[in-house]
Amino acid sequence: MVKKLDKVDAVIVGSGWVGGIAAAELTKAGYNVIILERGKNKKLEDFVGTKDELRYSKRYDLMQELSKDTITSRNSMSKDALPVRNNMNARLGNHTGGAGVHWNGMAFRWLPYDFEIYSKTVERYGKEKIPAESTMQDWGITYDELEPYYDQYEKTAAISGEENPIGPPRSDKFPNPPMKETPNIRLFTKATKALGYHPYRIPSANASQTYTNPDGETINGCVYCAFCEEYGCDFGAKADPIGTVLATAHKTGKMEIRNDSFVTGVSHDGKKASGLLYTDTTTGEEFEQPADIVVLAGFVFTNTKLLLHSKIGQPYDPKTGQGIIGKNFTGHFNNLSTYIGARGFFEDKKFNNFMGTGGMGSSIDDFSGDNEDHTNMDFLHGYEVHYSQLGSRPIANNAVPEGTPGWGKEFKKESLKYYNRNLFITAQSGFLPNKNTYMDLDPTYKDALGNPLLRVTVEYAKQDIARAKAGVARCEEIMTEMGADKMNVDVVKDDIVFDHKFYTDHFFGGAIMGASPDNSAVNTYSQMWDMENLFVVGGSAFPHNSNYNPTVTIGAFAYRAAEGMIKFLKEGGNVAATAVETNA
Amino acid sequence: MADQQPPKDVNSKPQHQQDEGRRKFLKSTGLVAGGLVGGSLFGGLLAGGLDKKDDKNDKPAATKGNKDLEATQARQFFTRQQDFKVLMAATEQILPEDELGPGAILLGVPYYIDKQLAGRWGVNAYDYRHTPYAVNLDATDQSAGPGGEQSILDRGMIFMQGLRTMDDESQKRFEVTFDKATEEQQIEIMMDVESNKIKMKGVKASEFFTLLKQGTLEGAYSDPLYGGNIGMEGWKMKEFPGAIPSYANVIESDDFVKMDPVSLRDYQGH
Repeated sequence: MVKKLDKVDAVIVGSGWVGGIAAAELTKAGYNVIILERGKNKKLEDFVGTKDELRYSKRYDLMQELSKDTITSRNSMSKDALPVRNNMNARLGNHTGGAGVHWNGMAFRWLPYDFEIYSKTVERYGKEKIPAESTMQDWGITYDELEPYYDQYEKTAAISGEENPIGPPRSDKFPNPPMKETPNIRLFTKATKALGYHPYRIPSANASQTYTNPDGETINGCVYCAFCEEYGCDFGAKADPIGTVLATAHKTGKMEIRNDSFVTGVSHDGKKASGLLYTDTTTGEEFEQPADIVVLAGFVFTNTKLLLHSKIGQPYDPKTGQGIIGKNFTGHFNNLSTYIGARGFFEDKKFNNFMGTGGMGSSIDDFSGDNEDHTNMDFLHGYEVHYSQLGSRPIANNAVPEGTPGWGKEFKKESLKYYNRNLFITAQSGFLPNKNTYMDLDPTYKDALGNPLLRVTVEYAKQDIARAKAGVARCEEIMTEMGADKMNVDVVKDDIVFDHKFYTDHFFGGAIMGASPDNSAVNTYSQMWDMENLFVVGGSAFPHNSNYNPTVTIGAFAYRAAEGMIKFLKEGGNVAATAVETNA
Repeated sequence: MADQQPPKDVNSKPQHQQDEGRRKFLKSTGLVAGGLVGGSLFGGLLAGGLDKKDDKNDKPAATKGNKDLEATQARQFFTRQQDFKVLMAATEQILPEDELGPGAILLGVPYYIDKQLAGRWGVNAYDYRHTPYAVNLDATDQSAGPGGEQSILDRGMIFMQGLRTMDDESQKRFEVTFDKATEEQQIEIMMDVESNKIKMKGVKASEFFTLLKQGTLEGAYSDPLYGGNIGMEGWKMKEFPGAIPSYANVIESDDFVKMDPVSLRDYQGH
C-alpha cells in the first residue's frame, strides 16, 4: 500500500552536491523542496575527531551499503556480470552530503575541447580520425556558455588555486590563493619546468584560508591533517554540501531532508512526472511524494537505474545502437585512467609524506584534452600528470621497490624504509565513449527491495589503452627528472581489460545531454526532452569523461540545471529552447 | 578541536608498575599460587598461554601485567587455541620482529584479527550477499573478488579454513603442526598458499592469503583502539604520527619532521 503525501514544489533524489545546489537555489527562490536521501543523517559534528584509517579507508564507513543496493559488472558483452560485493571495488557516496563529503577536493575545470569534442576533432583532424566504435558527441553547450556557472560553483566551494598558464579563460580569479607548497611539490614543479612543461597548483576545495561564500557559509582554513579522501573533514575546511549548499537551503526553512528514504521510481503518465516513489527503510512503509518538478540528483548509477526502472526514455541497445538511457558509460578506471604512473624511491631524501591534503598538489596540462597535436597518435583526448600530497596513511601505504617480496623480513624492512622516501605521480586520462560500454538492468541479481540491479558493461578500446600508455611514459620521464634512485613504472598491457573496480567515483553517462533529442536524453539544463518536469542532473548527463576530476563540472551543470528548474516552474516548457529564442 | 591534554594512556606506566600489576593479577586469580586444582582444561590453558614466559608467542610485551589491556586479549572468534597459534605464527611471518621493531605478535595483530572476525567484517555484513556465487572466476575477473568476496564463505569461515589448511599441510609435509614448524617450513607453506599450490574449498587459497596479509597490516598500523598497534609501536617504526590535529606550521618544511604519535583516545580527549 503506497501512501500518497502532500504535494510540494520540488522533490529531489540525493543530498550530494547536485541535490544540495538544486535545493539551495530553489529554496532561495521561494520554492518548497524535499530531498529523499537513502543514507543516514550526517552533520559536520559526525566528522570531528575521526582520523581513523581503518574505519573510513578500510571499512568504508561513509560509503554505500552494498548489502542494500549495488551494481553488477562485466568486462565483455559475452559474459555474465558479477555483482560488486564489497566497497573495496566501489566507493560510492552515501548519507547526507553524498560523495561530496568524502572527496579529496581536487577542483579542476574541464576544457573547451571537451564540450565540443566531436566538432573540434573533425575540424582539426577530419572525420576519419574518429574510431568506428566511438560514440563521442558534442554536449550542445560551449565552455564560454558554461563559464559563469563554473565561477559560481568555485565561489560557493571556496576553491583555492592559481592561474594555469595554459588553462582556459576565466572571468574571475579563484576565490582563494593556492594551498601551501611542500618540498615534494617543489620537486615536481622543478622537474616539469626543466622538461619544458607548464606546472600549476591543482585547484582545491580544501580552503587555503578561512572564507565566507556568497551564501554566507564559512569554510575554515585547512590544517593539512591528511584525512580528506574517504573522510568527512574534521575541521569544516573542505567544501562539502553539508557545510555549504544544504546549510543555505536549511536556513530558508523551505527544505526538508528525509533520510533512510530509498527511492524506487518516478511516478508518471508517460508525459509528465508526478512524483517519487520511495520506501522508508526504517519501517518498510512505501510512499509517493508528489511534486511539480522531480529532480534525479543521485550518482550516475542511481539516476540511470531509476530511469530504467520507471520506464522513462528508450533503453540503449548496443546491438542496434538505438535508444539512449544507459548509453555512453565512461569513467576513470583504476588500471587504465588513474592511479597508474611512476613511483620513485629516494635513498637520500626523506619527505613528510604523512602530512597533506586531498587537493594539494601540482599538475601539468601540456597533454590534456587536445592540447597536443594528435595527428600522428593513435588516440584522441589526453591526460594530465600530477603529483598530489594527500597524506600517506600507514595501512594503505606499504610501497616497496619492484623485486621486493610482498611480505616477510625484506618486505618489512623496505616498506618501513621507503614509507617516507617515495613519491608517486600519476597520469589521469580521458576516456571516450564506445558502443559496448553502457548500462542496463541485470537479468539475475536484485537489490534489497527485490528490484533488478543495474548492470555495467565496460570494454576498453584500443585508443584508451594507447592513451594510458602515453600517460605512464610521461610519468616515467618526469620521475626520472625528479631524481628517483629506483622506480616502479606501471605496465599497461595491450590486452588489458576492465578490472571491475569502481573505485574512483568518477563515472558518467546514462542520461547524456545534447542539443537534440535525437542523440541525448536531456538538454543542457539537464531537463528530460520527453518529460519536461523531470530533471536528471549530475555525471549521468556527461557524454564522455575528460582527464580531470569531475566535481567542479558537476557543480557548474547543477547550477545551470537549477536555473532551468526555476525557469520551468515560472514559465513551463523546454527551457533550452526558450534560451535559444531569447538569444536570437 | 579535541582536547590536547587527555588522561595518560595506561601503556605509559613505568615498567616496574606493569610487572607488579602482572604479579597481582596472577596472584589474585590463583593461577600461580598453587591453589588451582588442575583440570585438563586449565592445565592446557596454562601450558599453552599464560604460563609461557620466553616463548615469543606469548602476550605482547606492552600488555604484560597491564590488567586492563590484557583483559581485552582473549579470543572472541576462534574457539580452538590451535587455530589461534597458527594465526600467530603466520602473521609473524608476514611482519616479523626484527631490529627495526616488534612483529605482528608483539603488536597484537592476532587478537586484532580475532576481534575483526567476530564483528561485522567477519560476517561480510555490509557486503552484497546474494546468490549466485562464483568460486571459479575467469582469469580476467579475479579482481572482482580479491579477498574472497565472490565466495559463498564469509571472512570468518575463510580464515578458519585457511589456517587449518596450513596446519594440516604442515603436519602432512613436516610431521609437525604449523606453529611448531621451522621458519623455512612455515614460509614454504605460506608461499604455496599464496600461489594456490595448496587448495582450499569454496575459495582460492590466494584470496585467503590476501585477507591474511590485509589483516596483518591493518592490525599493525590501525589505531590502537582496535587491539593491534599496541603502544603505537607500529606507527613509531613507520614514523607515522597518527591523529595529529594540524600540520599547518610544518607542512612547508624542507626537513623531515619527527613527531610523537597521538592515538585517537588521546586525540578525542575522553
